[in-house]
Amino acid sequence: MTWNDMIYLLPEIILTVGASVMLLVPVMGARGTKLSAKWMMIAVLAVTAISLIVCSHAVETIVQSRQLQAMFALDAFSIFFKLLFIAAIGMLVMLSEDFLAESRYSPWEYYSLLGFALCGMMFMASGVHLITIYIGLELLSLSSYVLAGFYKSELKSTEAAMKYFILGAVSSAILLYGISLIYGVCGSLNLQDIAAAMSTIVQNDALMFGIMLLGAGLCFKIAAVPFHVWTPDVYEGAPTPISAFLSTASKAAAFAIFARIFYVGLHDFHLGWSNVLATISALSMILGNLAAITQDNVKRMLGYSSIAHAGYILLGIISLNTLGLRGILVYSIVYVFANLGIWATVLMLRRHQYAGERVDDFEGLSHRAPLWAFAMVIFLLSLGGIPPTAGFIGKYFLFAAAVKAGFGWLAVIAVLMSAVSMFYYLRLVVAMYLREGIEAEFAITTPLKIVAGVCLAVTLLLGILPAPMIDQVIASSNNVAVRAGLTPHAGR
Amino acid sequence: MGILNIVTYIPLIGAIVILFFVRKENGPAIRYTATFFAVVDFIVSLYLWFNFDPHGKGVHLFQFRETYTWIPSLGVQYDFGIDGISLLLILLTTFMGIIAVVSSYAAIDHRQKEYYILLLLLQTGMIGTFCALDFFLFYVFWEIMLVPMYFIIGIWGGPRKLYAAIKFFLYTLTGSVVMLLSILALYFFNDGGIPFLNIKGLGNAATFSVLQYHNIGHLIPPTLQFWIFIGFFLGFAIKVPMFPFHTWLPDAHVEAPTAGSIILAAVLLKMGTYGFVRFALPILPDATKQLIIPIVVLSIIGIIYGALVSLVQKDMKKLVAYSSVSHLGFVMLGMFALNPMGLKGSVLQMINHGISTGALFLLVGIIYERRHTRMIADYGGLAKQMPMYATLFLIAALSSMGLPALNGFIGEFTILLGAANKSIVWASFASVGIVLGAAYLLWLYQRVFWGPLDNPANKNVPDVNRRELGMLLALVFFMVWIGIKPAVFFDIIEEPVNYIVQKVDPTYFARQPLTYPPAAPVVVSAVETTR
Repeated sequence: MTWNDMIYLLPEIILTVGASVMLLVPVMGARGTKLSAKWMMIAVLAVTAISLIVCSHAVETIVQSRQLQAMFALDAFSIFFKLLFIAAIGMLVMLSEDFLAESRYSPWEYYSLLGFALCGMMFMASGVHLITIYIGLELLSLSSYVLAGFYKSELKSTEAAMKYFILGAVSSAILLYGISLIYGVCGSLNLQDIAAAMSTIVQNDALMFGIMLLGAGLCFKIAAVPFHVWTPDVYEGAPTPISAFLSTASKAAAFAIFARIFYVGLHDFHLGWSNVLATISALSMILGNLAAITQDNVKRMLGYSSIAHAGYILLGIISLNTLGLRGILVYSIVYVFANLGIWATVLMLRRHQYAGERVDDFEGLSHRAPLWAFAMVIFLLSLGGIPPTAGFIGKYFLFAAAVKAGFGWLAVIAVLMSAVSMFYYLRLVVAMYLREGIEAEFAITTPLKIVAGVCLAVTLLLGILPAPMIDQVIASSNNVAVRAGLTPHAGR
Repeated sequence: MGILNIVTYIPLIGAIVILFFVRKENGPAIRYTATFFAVVDFIVSLYLWFNFDPHGKGVHLFQFRETYTWIPSLGVQYDFGIDGISLLLILLTTFMGIIAVVSSYAAIDHRQKEYYILLLLLQTGMIGTFCALDFFLFYVFWEIMLVPMYFIIGIWGGPRKLYAAIKFFLYTLTGSVVMLLSILALYFFNDGGIPFLNIKGLGNAATFSVLQYHNIGHLIPPTLQFWIFIGFFLGFAIKVPMFPFHTWLPDAHVEAPTAGSIILAAVLLKMGTYGFVRFALPILPDATKQLIIPIVVLSIIGIIYGALVSLVQKDMKKLVAYSSVSHLGFVMLGMFALNPMGLKGSVLQMINHGISTGALFLLVGIIYERRHTRMIADYGGLAKQMPMYATLFLIAALSSMGLPALNGFIGEFTILLGAANKSIVWASFASVGIVLGAAYLLWLYQRVFWGPLDNPANKNVPDVNRRELGMLLALVFFMVWIGIKPAVFFDIIEEPVNYIVQKVDPTYFARQPLTYPPAAPVVVSAVETTR
């Protein structure tokens, strides 16, 4: 570890220090209470983002030590995801403010846990070594378990945290076991070394088993069928901003490592794992979408919908071509922004002690808040993949990747299921526009407005003028594509 | 910014103006703003009519081209251009756009602002679909149309509006996402192929340009053509709607407000048939020829089934809705005769159906606004009470059933000629449909307008007012114009139709040198010498 290496890690270091300081503020007594936890968190995020951009330029001229190079990469791929995570966490901070104000729990702990989770996600995005990735994942998971149970006195929240923790711990163990088997066969945990070792192996059952276990562990993190059972319960029970966090930023981080591990490390065994993952993807799309239809609780519905979206994203992994890789990046943006917009709406609605959790709570929203209802329609259309929203561009990439890779049957399931998904997304539209029921109650605050406005702008802009985003995604994914043995320019 | 973009986006601008500058309580201002933009759009679209060169061939077949880069990394272009077929359909759209707006004045009394915004958005989507010469762009506009129509049915519809709106949305969405896969298969065939399935690509630069696919269509292996065709077929046949996929139509029509039904019948259904003539036929010639029989059988079933079901309807609107199934069957039949005569009739019949059925829906809407019932049994003897209405209804009905000197006759007759040219059996089945068409419409007319005026509720129904009369007379004008001067219209679609026939059946014209293409002093002199 040299001083130069510190530059590579500077954003993470700043974030860790910031989050630790925030944890200590409450114990500093009266002086601490004058500070606003929200603004301090936003300041930490801003500094992290700036340092990330500065460092990413600085490292072009700085040599990384061999040890760090094997563990950690500050490449275009990771920068892309890190900025996405920071943006998502920034918006989650906005979403959380009122929610925290109404509860009697300390915002300092809450934000500092979010900061640690972000730190874990940033390590995941940068990890090129299975141990780095695993540690990042654990940091994220442990913070998430605590956050899911943040409402200690509420039964539902505790239950969600308990379920999430037990299943998460088991899946981490499975993941680790898979990693150890891969290490046993390949002799290294660096993804490129693994790829190099695999290129000489024709058939190896231990390795295949290891890959399957690793895949199972990852599928738990992205909530793909049959490792999805925790999702609806946790989303329902966790505090709503945390459900939003789990379904957006946390999932995007899992997609990032999924893509990097399978594209860089395991591409030689494509034939071995592609059919298994294709089955998982098909099951996720079918079960997620069909189960979402019957849900009356919006948080559960979004939980099932996120299972289905994990299925779509898996198309990008399975197809193992440049289109698929780009599709994962594009879809991550699209999905995060559309979903955050919807969660902002859920948080805005008020009914009894909970936020707008039931489909009925949306009734008549178009009368009382027409602009907001319009934004909500755009978010839902984006999740359904209807042009001219960004969701269509994302789905286009993933479906095209599947067709290009010859997974025609999977593409057919995917498009049919995305038509099915419109059925339950439209249920919310029906409630907002077409039902003359009890008028929706809500409290629109400035932070919520900002989040919804940003999400709306991104969703529409990327849908109508996607070219700059696509160019950025191509630039960000090129190095991973090269490592995966794909020629980025011919593949289109 | 060329003329096609202007025509496409005027309604969108109108929608934005209403959204931001008109207060929602100010009903008249909303209505007149919407009308203003619809009328301006129609007037601007007339520019296309007067400046279109009907004899453009080859690179000049598609005119008013506008091409901009949009997503270069995917080969997506913003490419607009129209031939004679699109021209007529665009004019139909802008014209019916005015009718739709004006016919809603009295019918829509709540949430007017949203209503007119959606109506104008829908119009932008429809015109864009007819202009697009890039598959990606086409797909975007195609899907954009779905959302406003869903809301129009869902908010301002009848008692079962929720069911009808969702059914409409899901049916069409399912068709179009499957179509998207076909588009992708074409895209990869033109590009690098699909190695995994042993499909060799052509290695061309990635593009979504429709014209490029027109040129490479015959190179696609027949099996792949078949599957691509199936995808297109699902997308388009649901929209048409062809016989087994038609079940969304009666629900959507019956529940939609009058203007929704007018637009649905006049323009949205044409999207399906337009898709067939623009994409499926010229790009997939082998699959088209291979699937003639199944499609013609479905069309004939549609013609007769639609007519028979119309015959037994108790609800006027449902009757007109099912008659659409029958009429669109004719359009499909003429198209799959795959000769210039049949195709010309088919294209003209798309326009005719738009005008006639649009007029019938408008007429049903007018009486419904007065009496709030569409049941045939509630009426009788209306001719005495509403003579003007009765006359106009008669003209629309006659036009729809194909009386000579009105538009319907020209379309159906040409289709029958084209079909008979291919097989006399097809034509005989189709003519049964014409007879049944006369039966259900005349019987409807008899029950509603003749007989004693015995329902007291009908005794004080006012006749059509000036606004309604204006709309109906405009529609009647087009019925008569097409009926007595069809040559003007045939002239415009001559070249595109020959182009499509040439693509589907490259040797067609070589086989009949004397008849087609009908150019000719050469032909005349040949006839003279034989004398």
